[in-house]
Amino acid sequence: MRLRQGLFRAALLASVAVGLLALGALVVRVVIDGWSYLDWALLSNAPSSDSTVAGARPAILATLELMAIVIVLGVPVGVGTAIYLEEFADGRRWYNRLLEVNIQNLAAVPSIVYGILGLGFLVHGANLGRVLLAGGLILTLLVLPTIIIAARESIRAVPQGVRLGAFALGATPWQVVSKQVLPAAIPGIATGSILALSRAIGESAPLLMIGALLYAPKDPTLLSGFVALPVQIYNWIRLPQPEFHGLAAAAIVVLLVLLLTMNAVAILLRNRFQRRW
Amino acid sequence: MVRPVADAPLRALDVRAEDESSSALPKAGVFDVRGLTVRYDGVAAVRDVTLEIREREVTAFIGPSGCGKSTILRSFNRMNDLIPGATVEGSVRYHGTDLYAGDVDPVEVRRRIGMVFQKPNPFPKSIHDNVAFGPRVLGLKHDLDERVERALRQAALWDEVKDRLGRNAFALSGGQQQRLCIARCLAVEPDVLLMDEPASALDPISTARIEDLMHDLKREYAIVIVTHNMQQAARVADRTAFFSVAAEPDADGVRSGLLIEMDETLRIFTQPSDSRTEGYVTGRFG
Repeated sequence: MRLRQGLFRAALLASVAVGLLALGALVVRVVIDGWSYLDWALLSNAPSSDSTVAGARPAILATLELMAIVIVLGVPVGVGTAIYLEEFADGRRWYNRLLEVNIQNLAAVPSIVYGILGLGFLVHGANLGRVLLAGGLILTLLVLPTIIIAARESIRAVPQGVRLGAFALGATPWQVVSKQVLPAAIPGIATGSILALSRAIGESAPLLMIGALLYAPKDPTLLSGFVALPVQIYNWIRLPQPEFHGLAAAAIVVLLVLLLTMNAVAILLRNRFQRRW
Repeated sequence: MVRPVADAPLRALDVRAEDESSSALPKAGVFDVRGLTVRYDGVAAVRDVTLEIREREVTAFIGPSGCGKSTILRSFNRMNDLIPGATVEGSVRYHGTDLYAGDVDPVEVRRRIGMVFQKPNPFPKSIHDNVAFGPRVLGLKHDLDERVERALRQAALWDEVKDRLGRNAFALSGGQQQRLCIARCLAVEPDVLLMDEPASALDPISTARIEDLMHDLKREYAIVIVTHNMQQAARVADRTAFFSVAAEPDADGVRSGLLIEMDETLRIFTQPSDSRTEGYVTGRFG
């Protein structure tokens, strides 16, 4: 019996180790490769064919702008959808069920498909062109199902007694949602949204699909061409000179720092507002 | 008894309406229930209930599980509306106004008829904000702190929480949470308190405090309490209604709940007129 316990524990530890070691090796390798390129020039300079002055400033800005678009558009729409589905939709109606199945499926659609959608409908259909706004809209669509699912989970976690208590005091359905359910669900919604956002900023496939430029030396605006950070990394890696590979590694470190910061905020929010019902 | 009401009173529901409708009863009726049947998805949970709830009295609903007593209670403030598939036949008149008439807004009904639930359900907010929620929703923002204090005093909770009104309500004990939920109802100065097994999740000491509270509150409110605890009904109730489950399935093939009899509590427990009541209160059935 004790032997089996020990074996079981060893198997579990081995599983954990696979993930940790792979991630650790990746991070160590990237930091070693990029260390000498991690400087202010990387953050403040534009990309250049001269590796000694090349930087990722426009790409970093583009990624921050994409994040802003996803937050401004994705979170309200996602939370709104979640509120409708959880609080108002009659789950016995076929159209609500259809909606639900659709959202579950959309969350599993590969990101490149969203890229194709964006290319067809936004870049060409709506004639937006290959601009940052189009990229932001695609990323919004991409993470919307994730935000909806996370928001639904945290709305559902609010105990029914809270709703009944509020209704019994004469609150309108809207007051119940806006004054009780939503405030109680916000920590979960924030955590889920931030995690969805980290997925969005790591994406390169859909952005490549709509033809994010390979070279964008100027600071991006909503309606200009753009290179997001993951695409910039991809560009540098494809170049033959080893200096650019170092730059790519340094840019990966920047992207990782960005991601880890966001995840840390998500964890902090979760711990800070954790509720025991 | 005329109380200040929310800024948008529904005239048809106004308590003053009783002036026209009150008849020869010694204590005015608050609810006049006639032939009430409540169905869930077409299946009757409780059938053809006719009874009256009087003001400044505690009325207890007793009976075995599944007899529909909670369902009847929830039809008094239209909480059944929140259950998909629930339908109501018959009439519930509140001070003469049919609560299920087409032009009655359930939100308006619930503002006058408070409800306390089986499991204490404080909001995930501070003690103060729990009590202030009702008044805020009704737009009663004037003298909010006094209103909160008055409600907490009425619920016999003030002395225990006055120094920590800003603390989260979950920090309170179960019994304190339940009194907080009662205070939350009282803050909007309702006319009636509906209590659905308010002490079943509490220890005996907390239960006694809630029962004492009901004795105090019935001077001003009509109280209806659903309870599984017959001693509790005997202790707190002026009148008691005994519900049971039909012995034979009805036309739909279900055994729905029925009101067997309603009388002075003492009579129900000592000389009930129905043998089923006697069987239940003496512990031979249920």
